[in-house]
Amino acid sequence: MIDFEKIRSSFPILNVKVNDNKLVYFDNAATTQTPTQVTNTIRDYFYKQNSNIHRGVHHLSNISTEDFEQSRKKVREFVGAEKEEEIIFTKGTTDSINLVATSFQKFLKSGDEILISEMEHHSNIVPWQLCAEKTGAKIKVVSVTKEGEIDIDHLEKLLNEKTKILSITHISNTLGTINPITEITKLARKFDTKVFIDGAQAIAHQKVNVTELDVDFYCFSAHKLYGPTGVGVLYGKEEILEKLPPYQGGGEMIELVTFEKTTYAKLPSKFEAGTPNISGVIALGKAIEFIEDINLDLIFEYEAMLLNHYNEKSNKLEYYEPFGTSLNKSAIASFNLKKVHHYDIGVLLDNMGVAVRTGHHCTQPLHKKFNLDGTIRASFGIYNTKNEIDYFFDCLSRAYKMLY
Amino acid sequence: MTSVEKVQNEIVEELSLFSDWMEKYEYLIELGKDEINFDKKFMKDEFLINGCQSKVWLYAKENNSKISFHAYSDAIMTKGIIALLIKVFSNQSPDDIINAKLDFIDKIGLKNHLSATRANGLMSMIKQIKIYAIGFKEKNG
Ligand SMILES: Cc1ncc(COP(=O)(O)O)c(C=O)c1O
Repeated sequence: MIDFEKIRSSFPILNVKVNDNKLVYFDNAATTQTPTQVTNTIRDYFYKQNSNIHRGVHHLSNISTEDFEQSRKKVREFVGAEKEEEIIFTKGTTDSINLVATSFQKFLKSGDEILISEMEHHSNIVPWQLCAEKTGAKIKVVSVTKEGEIDIDHLEKLLNEKTKILSITHISNTLGTINPITEITKLARKFDTKVFIDGAQAIAHQKVNVTELDVDFYCFSAHKLYGPTGVGVLYGKEEILEKLPPYQGGGEMIELVTFEKTTYAKLPSKFEAGTPNISGVIALGKAIEFIEDINLDLIFEYEAMLLNHYNEKSNKLEYYEPFGTSLNKSAIASFNLKKVHHYDIGVLLDNMGVAVRTGHHCTQPLHKKFNLDGTIRASFGIYNTKNEIDYFFDCLSRAYKMLY
Repeated sequence: MTSVEKVQNEIVEELSLFSDWMEKYEYLIELGKDEINFDKKFMKDEFLINGCQSKVWLYAKENNSKISFHAYSDAIMTKGIIALLIKVFSNQSPDDIINAKLDFIDKIGLKNHLSATRANGLMSMIKQIKIYAIGFKEKNG
């Protein structure tokens, strides 16, 4: 059982008032809130141990280095990777994708193909476009069905010997669809296509095991995992990371520097140039502890219950138009109300204390395909409640009546 | 007092009748629902204003050295805000528009109440209105 009062009390921000209304935070797909356990860790770091890592001989540097590496170990266990060398700390999901989309250029030539899907976040489109421009590789795009699922037949058709890498989201940040990663990976293996998974929306909502999924790369951001902004993770299989050239040059990633030639450090340092976000990485470790204490399987069940409750309510509204109706969904609900602009709804909900996202949620191509200018998105986290959902629907019908 | 200022004062007075923001929004929505004088042939990209979350099209016409503004948005509340701006700026001389101070936006608390992106949208609209006024002024020499 989830101890609900205890969880909510870890998030002081939930007591914020918006126009004298209690805040109802339904924008968890954009960023999750940070519990006191994590903010205390950040504070303590600066009170007691701030220093640079891996280079000092002194006390502070030693304990910071130890905590930093401890976080790496936690992340490894958390995602089920085999080795700590396979865990690279980055600035976030976007940074992780850019890293691979840049370093992987070494293995691409004109005529090769990169496979993505129509439901990708801009962060999983643009880096590959840059990569394609540089290398002459072509981007192929897998269709999404009207339910909002990856069209697996189409994916199978597009895969061929020229497909060098496939990059697809684990869970769509707009549709909420949970993609069948194991199935996709199996198909990709037939052609030795490398598999990159954008786990930004999955990592805090269900148990992820990169070894079982058998993916080559997996990435996520700490700030969608109840951790701080500015930190993320890239998991990569050791044998591939070994072959990739460094992404950026600088401190920490070198073994030996002369002006003629530099030899690079071993993994993971090879991909961690410069002083990293040390407090952030340590805080990410704490965030992982925080959700493991609650238990991800319970979190998954709990959020599924929330989504269920949400769907029961939304099904009763004849003016509600859902975007993304897959049966295999995470707790993300995008929609429009008939004949009303998403922006108007967003403004009124905001005024009533409800935080949702409106617009295209960084998935313009997906919205465009379905002829939508934008949608409203409610996305849930571990501190949300059925009561909040009830309040949300009260606000929604009030807003609709005002607008329609 | 210029007539731009006078209209602004009237708007501030009208909105001060409402005690909370929900009522102000209701007022904006009602304004937004009103029929407006907008020729749909101007719903083209070249008349779109950048920086708004919802789409806003704006064009201007000159009549006896006064300018009239015509705008449309797909979001009702934005349309309501536009209606306020048009009240203030329409049928004014280019000079009055160019020199107008816009205290009413602060006075009705609209800016504080808009998120940064929305406030930017509002500023873009005003900028475009002033650009039209400058254009007409130059044309008339
Ligand atoms: C599916 C997906 N990919 C990538 C991103 C980008 O994450 P970040 O901005 O943390 O790099 C997001 C978050 O907005 C996302 O939802």
